[in-house]
This record gives sequence, C-alpha cells and structure tokens, in this order.
Amino acid sequence: MARTLIHAPTTARKGEVIEIRTLIAHPMETGYRAGSDGRTLPRDIIRRFTCRYNDEVVFSADLYPAISANPYLAFNVVANASGTLSFSWEGDNGFAQTESAILTVA
Amino acid sequence: MTSTPVSTLSRRQLMAAGLGVGLGVSWRPANALSDELAGALRGFTGGAPTKEGRVLLDIAPLVENGNTVPITLSVQSPMTAADHVQAIAVFNEKNPQREVVSCKLSPATGKAVVSTRIRLATTQQLVAVAKMSDGSYWTHTVDVIVTLAACIE
Repeated sequence: MARTLIHAPTTARKGEVIEIRTLIAHPMETGYRAGSDGRTLPRDIIRRFTCRYNDEVVFSADLYPAISANPYLAFNVVANASGTLSFSWEGDNGFAQTESAILTVA
Repeated sequence: MTSTPVSTLSRRQLMAAGLGVGLGVSWRPANALSDELAGALRGFTGGAPTKEGRVLLDIAPLVENGNTVPITLSVQSPMTAADHVQAIAVFNEKNPQREVVSCKLSPATGKAVVSTRIRLATTQQLVAVAKMSDGSYWTHTVDVIVTLAACIE
C-alpha cells in the first residue's frame, strides 16, 4: 500500500465549495529514463485518479508520464450531503488503491 | 521651399513603414502554436475551433527544477448544470509525450480550479484547453523557461 495524504474538511455547510488536496507516494517512472545498466526502465505510472462522492463520480483525471513523482492533485467539490468521499488511484502493473474520507454537512 | 515639407513627410512615412516591416519580421506572436502542439490540441478538440481566453494556466515563467513544476488550471465558469466545464487538459511541446494531464469535471465540482505538479523536459510552450458544456473550447498558451530539466539523471 502506498502512503497517501488527503486534506479534506470533515465538516462543511450545505452548498459550500470545499477544496480537497490529495497526494500519493508513487515513483511515476516515465518509461523514458535509462537505469544504471543503460537499459530503459519500464514505465510504471498511475494512469487514472477518480474522486467519488457518495458513489457518484465528481472529479477524475487521466495522468501521463509528465506528472511528477508522488502525484498531487487539488480540486473542489460542492458539499451537498453528508457522506463518504472516496479517492481511487489506478495504474500500471495492476496498481489500485482506494482511500476514503467522511464529510459531515450541517 | 514648398518641396521641403513634402519630402520630410515622405521620409518619415518611409521610416515608419521600414520600422513596421522590421517589427513584423522579428515579432512572433506569443500564442502561435507549434505544429506538435496544434496536432495534440486537434486530438483533444476533434478539430473544433478554439478561442483564447476564459482558461488560465498558472505556472512560474522561469522554472528552476523541471522535475516538479506546480501548475494551477482555472476556468471562468459558473459551474451550473447549464453552463459548466466538462474537461480541462494540458499539452506540452517538447516532452517525450504531448499529454500532461486531462481532468474531467462536473457541476458537482463547484469551482473549476485544479492544481497538480508536472515534469518539464526543457524550455518549451504549454497549452491548457478547457471544454465547456456548450461545446466550445478555450485555450491558454504559456512559454516556460526551464533551467534544470527533468529526466536527465
């Protein structure tokens, strides 16, 4: 399991736009770099990030080798109802990880 | 005596015209896209016309370390069901691959602002393109100078 950092408020007013910042530890090997033996290192990147809010996709991003190691993404979501924000990363070599955060809307 | 003002005027005009031509030759518009970038943009828009404006690609003009370059994409949009941003993508000119990131947004996103960190192989041009719910495409082009390139060590 890769380490993740998720900054999301735990409470919000209804209709408030909240900022969510996510970061996951991942090398994002581009597939263009040469290793110490001179051979090109195989590509190993996270290809897709999805944020679901109560099982509805609110934000998703396709990532390419031009994204830095330990991909950071910050975006916004409208707080409509209390529930779960789930964040999933999918990538090469079967990489898949899902984290979640609870949001309470007053 | 009458011929002097006339000849002075024509000389001025000639000078002004010469200066104009000189500027026209040396000046390349900042938003002129290279062929690679224009091709990548066509792949995203499907050949639809694009307009400059509404979207902002915020990046430092002088980048010291190309391995992590913070960028912020923001689009002027009310983000309502009737008028919202559907997607934002970034393309580069001189990395091994043209695509950088491609985000899908919805009215539930609330505010069309996305930040991430990217790699830049060398000094180059970047373009951000936003697809609106009415089918229009808006772009913003920036030139970035990179002093330490990504992917060299």
